[in-house]
Amino acid sequence: MEATIASDSNGNNWSGGNKKPLDASYGKLMMWFFILSDALTFSGFLAAYGLMRFKFIDSWPIADDVFTHFPFLHGVDAPMFYVALMTFVLIFSSVTMVLAVDAGHQMKKSKVTFYMLLTIIGGIIFLGSQAWEWKQFIQGSYGAMQLKDGKIIQFVNASGHQVTLESFSKPLNSERVQHTKSNGIWYVKEASLPPFTVNEVIEGFKAHPELTIRTEQINPETKEKIIIPRKDAMAYLAEGKAIVKGANLAVNEYGNTLFADFFFFITGFHGFHVFSGILINIIIFFNVIIGTYERRGSYEMVEKVGLYWHFVDLVWVFVFTFFYLV
Amino acid sequence: MTHTQEHTSHTKLIWKVFAILSVITMVEVVLGIIKPASLHLTHFLGTSILNIIFLILTLVKAYYITWFFMHMADEKKSLRRAVVWTALFLIAYLATLILIEGSYINDVLGPLTKWNY
Repeated sequence: MEATIASDSNGNNWSGGNKKPLDASYGKLMMWFFILSDALTFSGFLAAYGLMRFKFIDSWPIADDVFTHFPFLHGVDAPMFYVALMTFVLIFSSVTMVLAVDAGHQMKKSKVTFYMLLTIIGGIIFLGSQAWEWKQFIQGSYGAMQLKDGKIIQFVNASGHQVTLESFSKPLNSERVQHTKSNGIWYVKEASLPPFTVNEVIEGFKAHPELTIRTEQINPETKEKIIIPRKDAMAYLAEGKAIVKGANLAVNEYGNTLFADFFFFITGFHGFHVFSGILINIIIFFNVIIGTYERRGSYEMVEKVGLYWHFVDLVWVFVFTFFYLV
Repeated sequence: MTHTQEHTSHTKLIWKVFAILSVITMVEVVLGIIKPASLHLTHFLGTSILNIIFLILTLVKAYYITWFFMHMADEKKSLRRAVVWTALFLIAYLATLILIEGSYINDVLGPLTKWNY
C-alpha cells in the first residue's frame, strides 16, 4: 500500500495534484469566499440601516447637520471634509498595499517592506480618525431637548442656524447634584448630569425672543427640517423631558436614536475589520522582513492579506455613501 | 501568458486607478456639499436623482477596487463570476425587498406619528 505524502511544502497546492480549480491557489480561493460571505454580512447591516431609514424617511437626521467638525477648526461648519479626508487615507493605503503586491510579484523584498509599512501607517491613521469622529459624535455639538414621547427638539436662531444650549440657557442654581458613589448609596451609579435642566433651557428660551425650535420632521419640498414658529414653540417645550448633549446608544441629540445605533454598530464593525487588517498586515510585514516569503519563493501571502485590505476599503466606500452622502 | 504578466510592473495602472478613484471621491464630496437643487429636490425611483448619482459613482469605485486592486481582472472568468455574480444577485435581492418593505412601513406608520403639540 502506498502512503499519500504531501509533496508540496509551500501550501499553494490543493491535495491531489497540481491542477488548481479556477486556476487559483487554495488560500486565495478561500480568501475570496471569506470576502464574499463578509460582504453579505455588511450588506445585511446596511440593508437593515436602509430599512429603518425608509421607515423614518420623513424624520431621519441629515448627515450634513451631524458630521460638521474638522480638527483645529472649532465652530466652523465643515460638513464632509473630514470624512473625505478619511476616505482618501484609506484609498491611499489601498494603493500602497497593491504596490506591495506588485513589488512582491517581482520579488523585490525591500520595496514590499516599504509599501507594507506605509499601508500599516495609513491604516493606523484611519483608525485614529475614526476614533476622533466617534468622539465628536459622542460629545455632540449643540445640545437638544427630548420630549416626553422621545422626539428631539433643536434650537435655532432667526436665520435658521442651530444655537448651543450654553448660548441662551439661564442658570437657575438648581440643587440637583450628580449621584456619585462617594456621596450616596455606594452601589448605585448615575450618569453625569446634562449641563442644563429642562427649566433652565425653557427660561433661557423665554428670555431670547430671536430663538425658535425645529423638529425632526423633514419638509419633503425643501428636504430640510421643519422650523416651528416661535408662537407655537412653547407648547412643544412644555412637553420637555430631558436635555440631551451628544449621542449614545440610548439617546441622540441629532434626532432618531436608531441613527446613532447604526452609526456606532456599522462603523464600529468596519473599524474592527480595519483593526484586524492592521494586525495581519503587521504579522506579514515582519514575515517579509525575516525573509519567509523570499525563501518560499513567492509573495502570495502578501497578495492574500492585500485582498482582505482592499475589501475593507471597498466596504468603507459603501459606508461612506450610505452614512454621509445619500 | 499570465506568467510573463506577473513579472512586469503594473505601477502605471495602479496610479491611474488611484487617480480615477480620487476624482470620483472629489466629485462625490463636492456634490454632497453643494447639493444642487436641480438634482437634490427631485423624486426618482423612490429617492432623488442626486442619490442615484451617488449610488452609481459608488458602484464605479467598487468596480475599480475589485478589478484592479484586488486583481479580479486577472482571475479566471469562472472565479470572477462565482464571486461577483453571487454577491450582486444576493445583495440586490436583499436590498430590493427590504427597502420596499421599509417604504411600506413608513406608509402605514407615518400618518400615525404626531408632530404638533
